[in-house]
Amino acid sequence: MLELDKTTFEPEVLKAEGKVLVDFYGDGCVPCAALMPHVHGFEGVYGDKIKFCALNTTKARRLAISQKILGLPVIAIYENGEMIDSCVKEDATPENVEAMIKKYA
Amino acid sequence: MDKVYDVIILGAGPAGLAAGLYAGRSRLDTLIIEKGQDGGQIAITDEIENYPGQMVEGEGGPSLIARMTEQAKKFGAQRCSDAIKSVELDGEVKKLVGVKGEYYAKCVIIATGAFPKPIGCENEGKFTGKGISFCATCDASFFEDFEVYVVGGGDSAVEEAMYLTKFARKVTVIHRRNELRAAKSIQEKAFANPKLFFMWDTVVTRVDGDDLLNSMTVKNVKTGELTTITADEDDGLFGLFGFIGYNPNSQLFEGMLDMENGYIKTDENMHTNIPGVFAAGDIRVKSLRQVVTAAADGAIAAMQAEHYISNH
Repeated sequence: MLELDKTTFEPEVLKAEGKVLVDFYGDGCVPCAALMPHVHGFEGVYGDKIKFCALNTTKARRLAISQKILGLPVIAIYENGEMIDSCVKEDATPENVEAMIKKYA
Repeated sequence: MDKVYDVIILGAGPAGLAAGLYAGRSRLDTLIIEKGQDGGQIAITDEIENYPGQMVEGEGGPSLIARMTEQAKKFGAQRCSDAIKSVELDGEVKKLVGVKGEYYAKCVIIATGAFPKPIGCENEGKFTGKGISFCATCDASFFEDFEVYVVGGGDSAVEEAMYLTKFARKVTVIHRRNELRAAKSIQEKAFANPKLFFMWDTVVTRVDGDDLLNSMTVKNVKTGELTTITADEDDGLFGLFGFIGYNPNSQLFEGMLDMENGYIKTDENMHTNIPGVFAAGDIRVKSLRQVVTAAADGAIAAMQAEHYISNH
């Protein structure tokens, strides 16, 4: 997983070629912490087709809001600078996230 | 057939982990299955002041639950992360079918708890994760220096509203009655908090916004008057947190177990209407849903499971 920050989000996600997955998490977000190992596991399986990244929104609040994110966890797929799909909060279960990844892998 | 456990516990909140601890200490072959994170509701609770012995200043739900998890593990309860999709509870061996596999046990302890009740306003689904939240510890930091509204008047609503004042510029509690239900000790702290405001006799009827929540309609339940609340122009958004109670996670057992409003009926020893199937914690019909009562239920259910196994 490539750990993003305020400055690397644009080049690594919005201007990247191909599909990029972003795991938006935050300090103190327990559901995010519980989900993350599953996402790491998916990277092992699908990492050659989709680039896996993570962003700590607590340190990049304005950036997250600019991506229309106000609730965690969010696992999103980006292509050509646009968020093309996402799993948000209760929908961000390991099963749903893997199903979404499979659509784009 | 795969391995048959003595007892499978569904859910790793305080009830499930206490059951795991007692079952493990009784040397029962025990498996705890959890679909998400350990702790259930208390994993996302900032402050737990009323669990006996919980006096560590500033300690929240996650660290309390981490100790419970560790303790259950220490006495041999095994763990598995899976979401159960169907169950067969009749018969000597109970079968549970999950996404990842099938599980068998002589006894099942259902400790699946409850999930937050929706606010119940128009457009709500559109703004979940876009301004509406049921998890202050997850999402509070987004609202640093913004305005936030909290719906509810019980312990959770007021405690979480106070937590949100650490981030938000102003927090307003919207409550459908004209007084709080929260414990007096919590109310005293709340009324002394300069960033906390109250809107009495009020319910939220509708939420709106472009992509993010920036407007809502509230109704005074006494006068029927409707008022529209709009985000400050510079902010362009606000937060709305719901803490108005819970719905039981019992859909899986509908038609099999006796229930009342979705909560599973048990006797005082946690027996359901099916032999070898027990329920513990918030999923039960009971008068007080707290960490302490959930843990007590779990202990009783595990000891009853041991009796059941030794008599069969």
